Amino acid sequence: MLFTSHFSLGTGVPALALASAGHSGAAGLLAHAAHPETADGLISGLAHPVSGADHVLAMIAVGLWGAQLGKPAVWVLPVAFPIAMAFGGMMGLLGIPMPGVEIGIAASAIVLGIMVLAAARPPLWVAGIIVGLFALFHGHAHGTELPEGANGTLYSIGFVVATGLLHAVGIAIGLIHRWDWGKPTLRGAGAFVAAGGAFFLYQALA
Amino acid sequence: MTFTDHCSRIPWHGAGGALAHLVQTGFGGFYDGMAHWAITPEDVLVVLALTLLSALGGKDRVRRLVFTLPAAWFAGGLMALVFPTLLPPMVLTLASFGLVGLLVALNRHLPDAVFVLLVLVTAVIHGAGNGGAMREAGLGWLGLAGACVAVFVVASVLPALLVRIEKPAGRIAMRVGGSWIAAAALLMIGWWFRGG
Repeated sequence: MLFTSHFSLGTGVPALALASAGHSGAAGLLAHAAHPETADGLISGLAHPVSGADHVLAMIAVGLWGAQLGKPAVWVLPVAFPIAMAFGGMMGLLGIPMPGVEIGIAASAIVLGIMVLAAARPPLWVAGIIVGLFALFHGHAHGTELPEGANGTLYSIGFVVATGLLHAVGIAIGLIHRWDWGKPTLRGAGAFVAAGGAFFLYQALA
Repeated sequence: MTFTDHCSRIPWHGAGGALAHLVQTGFGGFYDGMAHWAITPEDVLVVLALTLLSALGGKDRVRRLVFTLPAAWFAGGLMALVFPTLLPPMVLTLASFGLVGLLVALNRHLPDAVFVLLVLVTAVIHGAGNGGAMREAGLGWLGLAGACVAVFVVASVLPALLVRIEKPAGRIAMRVGGSWIAAAALLMIGWWFRGG
């Protein structure tokens, strides 16, 4: 299948098809647009990272932890995560195996949640490695799960933007640590994330 | 006739170039070329990445970008128009804007000569892809000129706005944007190698 680019606006929305793959005409594009699960547009790319609660929890936790750590971690971690995640995604797309992906994803929520719960302040490079390592697992899972489709470009952009926005949500929530009441609340959110991770780990091992 | 019906297709470039897609605006080849650039995410992203890199580097960098980028883009496009076999491999196109995005994320202060060389090489690669698309669509140099004017407009207006941002939060936002561009390029490279 060819590597191409076009916009499609998802189910129920008239397709604004700006390009088409060599094997399909306008009808083919509309058919793709009618199935948001296929990797053919910005909307499906945006939707993919939020399709799993385990991913969402971990990505928001990155933002929570970054906000808790303050500068420069508040932006270093969200910068490092998408690049490491994309590298993992590339490994997944290329079929390079990574053992224990589901366990790694669940563990990411547990570890990141515990970090927030404990208000841990490791050196920046340690925090970067922790986040980057777990990002590889998330990216690999996304890379192998990406459905066959006609478009990689806008899907990739949507995918990365959605990930970044989840970090931003985490950072926004994490800013409550500036207030006295916010500090324990934030740590409570960390406990929630860790508990969620434990649940996903149980599911992965069951 | 709907907008979708206006969309025309161009086959995959033999030398591994980008699959191009042209929109018929109804205003002629020049504007078709402009529209083509605007709907080609790879080309928009590389201009955006170079814009961010120049804005982070300061006013001198922005001045160098304004004319170097569209001129090199046009040169690359002309090369592809004259020598159709000189189309760059798609992976090179993707890697080029991924590299620029990574440099933005890292906020690397490159020497002037290296920055200009980076702009030249990147613009020639993407311009060549544009030129190949214009040739296939029969738009020729007029379409290419339209694309280059679009590049010039963005490369002159956007950096001028961004370079004024001195607050750390604004500069961090630019670096985050660079990391997103680099990440998108990595995913697209994986996708391309998979045959997506």
